[in-house]
Amino acid sequence: MNLAPKVPSGPLEEKWTRYRSTVKLVSPANKGNFTVIVVGTGLAGASAAATLADLGYNVLVFCFQDSARRAHSVAAQGGINAAKNYRNDGDSTMRLFSETVAGGDFRSREANVYRLAEISGGIIDQCVAQGVPFAREYSGYLANRSFGGSLVSRTFYCRGQTGQQLLLGAYSALCHQVTLGRVKVFARTEMLDLVVAGGRARGIVTRDLVTGRVEAHAADAVLLATGGYANVFFLSTNARGANATAIWRAYRRGAGFANPCFTQIHPTCIPQSGHYQSKLPLMSEALRNDGRVWVPKLKGDTRDPAEIPESERDYYLERMYPGYGNLAPRDIASRATKRVCDEGYGVGVSGRGVYLDLTGATARLGEDAVRERYGNLFEMYECITGEEPWKAPMRIYPAPHYTMGGLWVDYGLQSTIAGLFVLGEANFSDHGANRLGASALMQGLADGYFIIPYTLGEYFAGAILEKVSPADQKFTEAQKEVEDRVARLLSVQGRRTVDSFHRELGAVLWEHCGMSRDAAGLRAATGKIRALRGQFWEDVRVPGDAADLNQELEKAGRVADYLELGELMCRDALAREESCGCHFREEFQTTDGEAMRDDGRFCHVAVWEFAAEDREPARYVEPLTFEAVKPAERSYK
Amino acid sequence: MRLTLHIWRQRNRNDRGRFVKYEINDVSPDMSFLEMLDVLNQRLIEHGEEPVAFEHDCREGICGCCGMVINGVANGPEKGTTVCQLHLRHFRDGDVIYIEPWRSRAFPAIKDLVVDRSALDRIMQAGGFISVRAGSAPEANTVLIPKETAELAMDAAGCIGCGACVASCPNGAAALFVAAKISHLGLLPQGQPERHRRARAMVRQMDREGFGACSNHRECEAVCPKRISIRFIALANRDFLKESLAPSEATSGKAKNAKK
Amino acid sequence: MHRVAEFYRSTPGKKFVTTVTGAVLFAYVVLHTLGNLQIYFGTRMLNAYAGLLHSVPGLVWAVRFVIALSGTLHVVAAVQLTIRNWGSRPIRYMVQRYREADWAGRTMIWSGTGVAAFAVYHVLHLALGSVHPDFVPGDVYHNVMAGLLVLPVSIIYIAAVVLLGLHLYHGLWSFFQTLGWSHPLYDSWRRAFATAFAVGVVAGNVSIPVTVLLRLIS
Ligand SMILES: Cc1cc2nc3c(=O)[nH]c(=O)nc-3n(C[C@H](O)[C@H](O)[C@H](O)COP(=O)(O)OP(=O)(O)OC[C@H]3O[C@@H](n4cnc5c(N)ncnc54)[C@H](O)[C@@H]3O)c2cc1C
Ligand code: HEM
Ligand code: FES
Repeated sequence: MNLAPKVPSGPLEEKWTRYRSTVKLVSPANKGNFTVIVVGTGLAGASAAATLADLGYNVLVFCFQDSARRAHSVAAQGGINAAKNYRNDGDSTMRLFSETVAGGDFRSREANVYRLAEISGGIIDQCVAQGVPFAREYSGYLANRSFGGSLVSRTFYCRGQTGQQLLLGAYSALCHQVTLGRVKVFARTEMLDLVVAGGRARGIVTRDLVTGRVEAHAADAVLLATGGYANVFFLSTNARGANATAIWRAYRRGAGFANPCFTQIHPTCIPQSGHYQSKLPLMSEALRNDGRVWVPKLKGDTRDPAEIPESERDYYLERMYPGYGNLAPRDIASRATKRVCDEGYGVGVSGRGVYLDLTGATARLGEDAVRERYGNLFEMYECITGEEPWKAPMRIYPAPHYTMGGLWVDYGLQSTIAGLFVLGEANFSDHGANRLGASALMQGLADGYFIIPYTLGEYFAGAILEKVSPADQKFTEAQKEVEDRVARLLSVQGRRTVDSFHRELGAVLWEHCGMSRDAAGLRAATGKIRALRGQFWEDVRVPGDAADLNQELEKAGRVADYLELGELMCRDALAREESCGCHFREEFQTTDGEAMRDDGRFCHVAVWEFAAEDREPARYVEPLTFEAVKPAERSYK
Repeated sequence: MRLTLHIWRQRNRNDRGRFVKYEINDVSPDMSFLEMLDVLNQRLIEHGEEPVAFEHDCREGICGCCGMVINGVANGPEKGTTVCQLHLRHFRDGDVIYIEPWRSRAFPAIKDLVVDRSALDRIMQAGGFISVRAGSAPEANTVLIPKETAELAMDAAGCIGCGACVASCPNGAAALFVAAKISHLGLLPQGQPERHRRARAMVRQMDREGFGACSNHRECEAVCPKRISIRFIALANRDFLKESLAPSEATSGKAKNAKK
Repeated sequence: MHRVAEFYRSTPGKKFVTTVTGAVLFAYVVLHTLGNLQIYFGTRMLNAYAGLLHSVPGLVWAVRFVIALSGTLHVVAAVQLTIRNWGSRPIRYMVQRYREADWAGRTMIWSGTGVAAFAVYHVLHLALGSVHPDFVPGDVYHNVMAGLLVLPVSIIYIAAVVLLGLHLYHGLWSFFQTLGWSHPLYDSWRRAFATAFAVGVVAGNVSIPVTVLLRLIS
């Protein structure tokens, strides 16, 4: 597998500028002759589609929701980072870059991360120009807040709706291009396979979710911006429809899958309250700015939190990580929370919960100030739990949230299949082994607005693309395969529901490939998942038929893919014999329980190549080299 | 808890549709309304029946997928919530609940509780944007926007496009949705150049889609999960009136006369 | 299409027409009500007032023209809107509960139709006298007193005025929204204004048949 990262030469600070100034261009007159498929209308997909259309390409856009505006990016609450240094508090491109590299525990590609930091400011400019109503100071200047993993205030936000507002910006740009006739949007259409012809990605096969029609679409390049796969755990902060199908199908067609085991477990989510639960809502990390996290010092203390005096509370994040305290990065905070709960200090009925306390902030800043900052989050908490966070601390527990892993891409966002580009959370991204808060939105928009317009141009300018049509053999074959698979799912007619398999898969992964992992557990999990997959194909029950809106059928296809991906995650976690970022291997920890990285053996991206059905996939590596920031032990103490 | 559900079942666009009664007796007050439907669906599948189709995605009140009319009120009895955020603790043991899809000429039925809301997308395509090319934006802090203005724009921008306004309006009007969009962009300095043209284009598309007209019943505001104020309808009317009756010379199509 | 035509074709355009014409009709109603109240100052006053109106050349016809035009436009636009609104939900809800939309607002077309029917009757009754039992041209005071002493007639008058009140209760508030007259400082006054005038018009006009029936004036 060719994993050449194709990073431009020259000093880190000049790479992107150099790339942009020397990249081959497609003549404006010629752009209209290229058709680009964009799958996904989240921040990455919508921004890419709108920008490419604006440049003159023909763009076909796909999403499974009923409207492009509902992509999962809408759910992001907290904010988006940019190294604007508006606060004059010491921020700079270099600092955002080095914090992101260190935050990712030195498992990301330096040049990509630097470019991300460099572009970050332009994203804010672009979004403001589109009418994104970012929070402002009374003076009219843009406001900032701080976020986990950083000591500077560089996060821009729109109340608790940052993702929604940024997406509306990108979506409105997309709408404009639709009106101009350069974009065609296929909503309620799910990509079920990738078509590779002549060694290049040339199209996709989709199913119309309303009519059930399976159809092939041809193009000159395919962009996947289909988001992350944290939903593999069943219970996560992700939308119910979030899935890995698009990237998984691309993987099976030859795209390398990088670091599948890198999944972020977010520390501040609403704990599970019952077996029927379908989702673990996130309480924005921003709450940790003013909130303090604690557990009672007494094991199994069931007193009302208000009655527990200060001296009997353990502010464990402040105790363990005095440097960052409650703002410690997510992986660190989640693990610390798991540890105190494992030791028996957890609160709530299940004992799987800790207090996130803003009552002190309310007393200090006044209810109005707290309401302005967090009012909508408090309302959400109250609405879900029926408890009032003004009066009593909230109960939180970590939950799967984001996937740093994804399809491997080079500097130009191109996967190992020529002509297949991957953007946003779907690629293995710039976040290494752990993502810092407010940086996913930044990455998605950087990819879409500012990077892909150049790198896709370079691909087109350098490639000789033969004409293809959906009637070609490769397309009809792929289409037939999709139809057969749909038919197979419907034909099992077993006894168990799709959800029951998904829940079971999630439980296995959470247990063995969640916040901490060990070799024995991972081996056991691999076996369990394989067995579960066997059962799935023998005993799943998918009601209804294929020529209709059939939500169970949609889910079944996604879960079938998750059942394969779950195994790869365990495999990847097993092969990475070190602890880094989110990936904590019990066997590799210091005496005080901190992660022990092994830069000698594992300073690389692990990339998996699909072998034939039920054959072991091959593991390749892209070595990582660090010039600007030297790998050091990550310390938030 | 025990509940009796009367759910609208409709196979597809051509089916006439009917209510089907389901008894469900082991749900917990901490469940969300959608989780209750999940439980029902699991049971239906196990019994070899087709589950109830309903739309949902984020399950945290932000994507706008999950609308349905519950006992005659869009998004159910709790104010300012989407159905995914509505919990059974707001119902009583033994309640009888009617669940219906959004009903509007502009939202054709698809299946059970799922309807086609693409009319709202087409309204956005008609003008719900500020045309700006990636790369041409000025430095973000060069345009100062008073906090109050930004907050007001944000109030309007909070719309999640769920369509509850249309579903609840006695006239099936989309005025609140359209007004929220017109106001969000029209209040901001960046939105000024296209402000009035935008209002006219969006209203024109709204009418084409077959929505009813606004009679200022205020029902939309009462069911809006994001509590968007009908004040925005007034503001949008103003922009529309201005553009229709006293457009600036540049946009009235008469600018060429000035050259004479 | 000319902009103005396009404007009228739009729903906010028609709504604008109903509101402007509604305002004209409302102004007329207020003046008419004030005029009617002259009755409390006795025969001479009322007849003098009526005489005054007719003494200004063309005034009556000008007013009639404006009212007829406004009324026609109002009815045409309102009926068009209502037909459109009725068609916007082909399948009704099995259960529908309103949180805010009040009865007055939802029955504008019926209160309006009631008012229109009454207006015709009212003209035939007190202006032309064709349905009046004892019509004396020029003697407004007499015509009113004699007309309203018939109980069913008084009931018609009272019912019509109540319908008008309902119409105004919603319409006058709605008027501000339609024209875009909204400001957080003054918004709470809009409801008060609509209620006050609706009540005022009803009270003023209902008082006449009631006092006549109770023979408080004669
Ligand atoms: C609750 C929550 C809060 C968050 N808060 C923040 C935050 O404050 N700051 C931050 O930076 N990040 C945050 N994140 C992370 C961030 O929101 C996401 O990583 C990011 O939005 C992903 O964007 P995307 O464009 O890659 O994909 P998404 O927005 O997930 O979009 C995926 C798109 O792909 C489409 N799609 C997927 N599969 C298919 C298929 N098979 N066929 C067709 N279409 C398909 C979908 O329809 C959708 O349009 C948060 C995430 C969550 C879950
Ligand atoms: C004295 C006579 C009348 C007065 C003072 C009057 C006044 C008003 C006013 C102020 C409005 C509010 C406009 C708005 O919402 O912005 C209105 C609306 C309306 N009027 Fe009248 N009106 C009168 C007669 C009529 C008649 C005769 C009809 C008969 C059809 C009628 C039907 C309506 C309807 C249906 C509306 C609501 C339109 C809508 O909201 O869609 N009105 N009226
Ligand atoms: S499911 Fe997203 S708003 Fe309810």
